[in-house]
Amino acid sequence: MPNAYEIITDTLLTYQQQVINLAKLGENTDTTIPYNPEFKKAIEEGDICDLFEGALPYRPRYIAPDYKILMEKGSAFLELDPPNDIWEATNALMIMYRHVPSVTTFPVYLGALDELLNPFITDEKEAEKAIGLFLLNIDRTLNDSFVHANIGPRDTLAGRLILRQTEKLQTAIPNLTLKYDPELTSDEFASLSASVMLSTAKPSFANHRMFVSEFGERYVIASCYNGLRLGGGGYTLPRLRLNNIAKRAVSIDQFMNEILPHYVDLMNEYMDQRINFLVEKSSFFKSNYLVKEGFLNQKDFIGMFGLVGLAECCNTLMHVSDSNQGYGHASNVDDLGVTIIQHLDNLVAKHKAPYSENSGDRYWLHAQVGIEKDGPDSSPGCRIPIGSEPEIYKQIKHSTRFHKYFPTGIGDIFRFDETWKKTPEALVDIIKGALNSGMRYFSGYCASNDVIRVTGYLVKKSEIAKLDRKEAVMNDASVLGQGSRDLAHAFDRRVQK
Amino acid sequence: MFSAPVNRIIPFSSVDGPGNRMAIFLQSCPFQCWYCHNPETINMCVHCGICVTSCPSDALHLIDGKVVWNSSACTQCDTCIKICPYHSSPKITWYNVTEMMTKIAEVKPFIRGITLSGGECMNYPEFMQGIFTQTKKMGLNCLIDSNGYRLFSEYPELMKVCDGVMLDVKAVNPEFHLQLTHHTNENVLRNLDDLLLMGKLEEVRIVVLPGYDAHNRETIIYVAEHVKSHVKIKLLTYRPYGVRKEGLEKLGISMPSEKTMESYRQLALESGASDVIIL
Repeated sequence: MPNAYEIITDTLLTYQQQVINLAKLGENTDTTIPYNPEFKKAIEEGDICDLFEGALPYRPRYIAPDYKILMEKGSAFLELDPPNDIWEATNALMIMYRHVPSVTTFPVYLGALDELLNPFITDEKEAEKAIGLFLLNIDRTLNDSFVHANIGPRDTLAGRLILRQTEKLQTAIPNLTLKYDPELTSDEFASLSASVMLSTAKPSFANHRMFVSEFGERYVIASCYNGLRLGGGGYTLPRLRLNNIAKRAVSIDQFMNEILPHYVDLMNEYMDQRINFLVEKSSFFKSNYLVKEGFLNQKDFIGMFGLVGLAECCNTLMHVSDSNQGYGHASNVDDLGVTIIQHLDNLVAKHKAPYSENSGDRYWLHAQVGIEKDGPDSSPGCRIPIGSEPEIYKQIKHSTRFHKYFPTGIGDIFRFDETWKKTPEALVDIIKGALNSGMRYFSGYCASNDVIRVTGYLVKKSEIAKLDRKEAVMNDASVLGQGSRDLAHAFDRRVQK
Repeated sequence: MFSAPVNRIIPFSSVDGPGNRMAIFLQSCPFQCWYCHNPETINMCVHCGICVTSCPSDALHLIDGKVVWNSSACTQCDTCIKICPYHSSPKITWYNVTEMMTKIAEVKPFIRGITLSGGECMNYPEFMQGIFTQTKKMGLNCLIDSNGYRLFSEYPELMKVCDGVMLDVKAVNPEFHLQLTHHTNENVLRNLDDLLLMGKLEEVRIVVLPGYDAHNRETIIYVAEHVKSHVKIKLLTYRPYGVRKEGLEKLGISMPSEKTMESYRQLALESGASDVIIL
């Protein structure tokens, strides 16, 4: 962590980025929560990562307000009446976004925009202008790629206008997900979404049926690809770095029976401490207007148990040195991966999580997408290492073995060549097949575009080029994308021809 | 059990019929079109061994008088194909129906159908019937990509399990067709009519050739007047990539312009077709 002087003199940071960094620096001087020295050691040695959430939580990591309440009742705290037309509706949302916190300080969930805005459409042309300006405002003021909006599963005019403007604007923000269910989503709307995805790297396709079976209808996709409850969110998200932990094992048995349980205990204890403090001591659930006015319900928050580096973990335990021969390519290595995740899921389920009564009193697994500092020897979540991807259908089938264990988020990304732009319906065939086979979340982009998906979030290659020239840029995730490009080859995914 | 020599399998193809499909290319073709982009699919390997010594990856060996290809050592540099004097390839794998069905089953959830292509796949009608009979049961759409050399009306059982044929009409003028492909077009034109009658004509493809305006026009008008609004016509722009020397000498290295292609599209529309696209 840089010190205050370094933050204040860094010409690559915008004013807002400096404020965020200085706040984190201040927070981290606090020592109220007595974290286990063993946990701190695990962080220092790279076995666990706290994803820089800060020492003393003053808001949940991810917040997914029910914006429908704003549309129907307005907000007393924000002094907003219920909107009457498309201009008032988009304006009310833009005002509220300014007052929705998260770990990044930006709102990680913007709402089911099509459902929120569709009732206000009277004139298509006017609505398209309003939606275009609304999306532009989001990109220029919510400068963070983890800002995420949802559309679908039903085909609406608002949804189509959002897609049309998304394609026109070519921005990295907001991230966008189509909740997709072939029975509820028209083929035409799915094809339009696929076509926009090939030109702008969004929307991604979420397996609506799968999420509904776990969360019910009231779920959202936020941040990268995180499944959360509407009107709730994610308390906290630390992650096990399985790639490093595996190096401590002398055998697979010892890894399963001693090493993994030890780190799971450390993670559980840490999450318990943070959630207890957040709910019992911090002001958030007591006085924040989001809670008081019913936009959020504490019971709908989930503790997210993260992990990265399953690929390297399995390869290490099986003594595979060539990543083209191991995880993602050899069935015995993949089988070990499934066994590890099943075992981990059981270990996590055994622990009674505090304030998680709507989540079965347990923490829910999350396959974290990695951060730029992880380097090339730590693949996101359960993904196959970049550069070693097999043919796309094999990669999809591999994914489906793992996706059911991760309701709070897992997904895979596929890079397509230009020819697919002419046949989005063919891409929809692949996506349908993938989701029907048990894939949770499907992202794609076209190799030649400016907006591309790094690990779960979007960046503009042109913004990263600015950073390369030592110029400050608005989006605070561009620097993460730059790091992932340089340290983890994140731009070099196999291209599907 | 019928089998066939396979030049290539593309598990996910978005350009061989509607939606995402598995495309299977069978080896050998009776035609020798000037503009063939894959001349290595024309003939069966004669095991002369010329490619064996040229392989930079030591992936080819002459064993018991046969050229044997080691796919795992192969880097797909295509030196063997470039050097082959017989328009063939040593990289051919024979599949029987059961083996091919295993390949298809792997990708079944992600595809809308399969397309048998070539070469000229109709050189192996029994194999095709064996495949389609099973893929049809799986709910997959079954298309044939053909040059129309063999009469489809002679294969009623195959046509029962085939959803449609994507037919190439290389030229309508018989003499020109003979020059262009080394074969007559009598069967091709009969197939055009027969398939229309059977309701099995999926689309017709015509390659627009630079410098042969009169033939282009004649073919386009004929096809458009026949298929009218019932079937899609694809006008393919001649591209010199992959074309062998003999073809380049006749057709050159430049492609018809977008404007030229559009004028042919208009011609097709004026001649009664309603669904005409340029590729």
